[in-house]
Amino acid sequence: MTEFLHTPPKQSWTFSNDVNAEIRRAAATGIYDIRGGGSKRRLPHFDDLLFLGASISRYPLEGYREKCATDVWLGTRFAKKPIHLDIPVTIAGMSFGALSGPAKEALGRGASAAGTSTTTGDGGMTEEERGHSKTLVYQYLPSRYGMNPDDLRRADAIEVVVGQGAKPGGGGMLLGQKISDRVAMMRNLPKGIDQRSACRHPDWTGPDDLEIKLLEIREITDWEKPIYVKIGGARPYYDTALAVKAGADVVVLDGMQGGTAATQDVFIENVGMPILACIPLAVKALQDLGMHRKVQLIVSGGIRTGADVAKAMALGADAVAIGTAALIALGDNDPALEAEYRKLGTTAGAYDDWHEGRDPAGITTQDPELSKRLDPILGGRRLKNYLKVLTLEAQTIARACGKNNLHNLEPEDLCALTVESAAMAGVPLAGTSWIPGR
Amino acid sequence: MQSFDLSANGLRALNSSLHALKGQTNMTEWEIINPKGSHAIAAGVDAPVDITVRGSTGYYCAGMNKQATIRVKGSAGPGVAENMMSGTVIIDGDASQYAGATGRGGLLIIKGNASSRCGISMKGIDIVVHGNIGHMSCFMAQSGNMVVLGDAGEALGDSLYEARLFVRGSVKSLGADCIEKEMRPEHIALLADLLKRGEADDKAKPEDFKRYGSARKLYTFNVDNAAAY
Repeated sequence: MTEFLHTPPKQSWTFSNDVNAEIRRAAATGIYDIRGGGSKRRLPHFDDLLFLGASISRYPLEGYREKCATDVWLGTRFAKKPIHLDIPVTIAGMSFGALSGPAKEALGRGASAAGTSTTTGDGGMTEEERGHSKTLVYQYLPSRYGMNPDDLRRADAIEVVVGQGAKPGGGGMLLGQKISDRVAMMRNLPKGIDQRSACRHPDWTGPDDLEIKLLEIREITDWEKPIYVKIGGARPYYDTALAVKAGADVVVLDGMQGGTAATQDVFIENVGMPILACIPLAVKALQDLGMHRKVQLIVSGGIRTGADVAKAMALGADAVAIGTAALIALGDNDPALEAEYRKLGTTAGAYDDWHEGRDPAGITTQDPELSKRLDPILGGRRLKNYLKVLTLEAQTIARACGKNNLHNLEPEDLCALTVESAAMAGVPLAGTSWIPGR
Repeated sequence: MQSFDLSANGLRALNSSLHALKGQTNMTEWEIINPKGSHAIAAGVDAPVDITVRGSTGYYCAGMNKQATIRVKGSAGPGVAENMMSGTVIIDGDASQYAGATGRGGLLIIKGNASSRCGISMKGIDIVVHGNIGHMSCFMAQSGNMVVLGDAGEALGDSLYEARLFVRGSVKSLGADCIEKEMRPEHIALLADLLKRGEADDKAKPEDFKRYGSARKLYTFNVDNAAAY
């Protein structure tokens, strides 16, 4: 009976073991925690939405016999050469530097085999990626590492990066451990130093300047290339409207689940909005301007399944982009490497110290020996398979909703499981006709 | 000489014609009349041609220039010669913000003054300014040379990497991690060449300049330097 004489140990919800561990780590090191990836906290997400499917009031399509189109045109507003993709799932921008050469090659191979595009990152265009990517989007970033007019012209589209979901308002950092000779040369910087990427572009400020910057890029590329403008999910209504006003062909909207090569954990977890909350606001901005479907919307941040693809498109996106999921498809965080993750003090599924360059999977590293572990041909095949599955899953759902094109999915096909997701997505709470806030 | 009336024929026709040169042409001398402050004049040229703009320009004149010599007989708006790869750009008047931003090569000469953020994030370009430069110039400048015959504004060379800065006049303040450095004989020789190529050798002597560069204390993050960020 003595156990009833004392209050049992009670852990604090506020000061949880995770929180206390971070306090101790901060006290020991004096520096904030830097990591890769996107938000790990529980957020309202596509899991909180369900498709209603067809029954008597809606007429479904036969899953194995009736066509459901998946292709998409991007950049139809101004570009002489808009992009046509077979599937609406693209590969998001990830830099050579953050990723190894074989990883970039694998992304290009997989995307091309699946009929979609891949995207450079904050480190310039590599031959591996250009050579193996049928459709390559070239990012135009504040750092301008590796930027040159020849690569602008041999890109298939240009993405002016204003922000990203993991860190809207923040710049980048590639720590010295990953600055090999080749990375240093591409970035015009000494080997082995921490490379900072500015949070603002060096030669324009604000939407009026951006409009002129886009004009310059169009002139340099003779108005051939679609120009995307990428924004982090912070104020998606106004940022989308301003990107359209500046002349974007495509708006890329990245929610806070979107990954990064490296930034502060406190930034990743506390700045920006989940993609679920961002999409309806961006779509509304496009609709208010009469530009929905004329300026295409690509959304990213936590896309994992064909259901996520279908839900994003039902909310009004023209296409999605994947980053973290693509890396996992290549082999990132594979439990088969558990013993090596343990040596790094982590476990498969949780490894996020991508900035340290010690990735056992050979993906987020510049170490030549580790890089060899990734076979770009096999990796490309795995990515292609995954992209095909995403597409098949999205088609399955679209047919069940009676849609012969993924772009015909609409908010009316959805309901929400929680009050929060209903309010964010602008669809009714399941079993009701209630959309909070309307 | 090819004469192009920008006001009459438009920007697209101009840049399209210049891009078509592709380095194989006998049309090596161009003049652009009636620029009227237009943006992106002669952006993306990639040919060893001489282009004279008779008047002032808007944003991003000579952006990403390769090979060409482009002279502006007036003043230039923001971002002149941004991300220049090679060639020479000469501004007879003043230049607005971000002149030579992220430039990778070539030579930018500004006969008048340059505004704020001149040479921001420069990556190999040489810039010679006969007058003064504004605040935050050479922010995060990675490589290349900046020569200023006049004065520099606040926070010169903030977060500087390996660019070399030479200023003859006063510097209102140095940015984080930017320090004055010794002028050694090789710097005098380098500066003499830059002054000559920058059409300023009759205006200043190398010995009159001070050299500034990176203290390299921010190259690897150290919490003890946090106050500098």
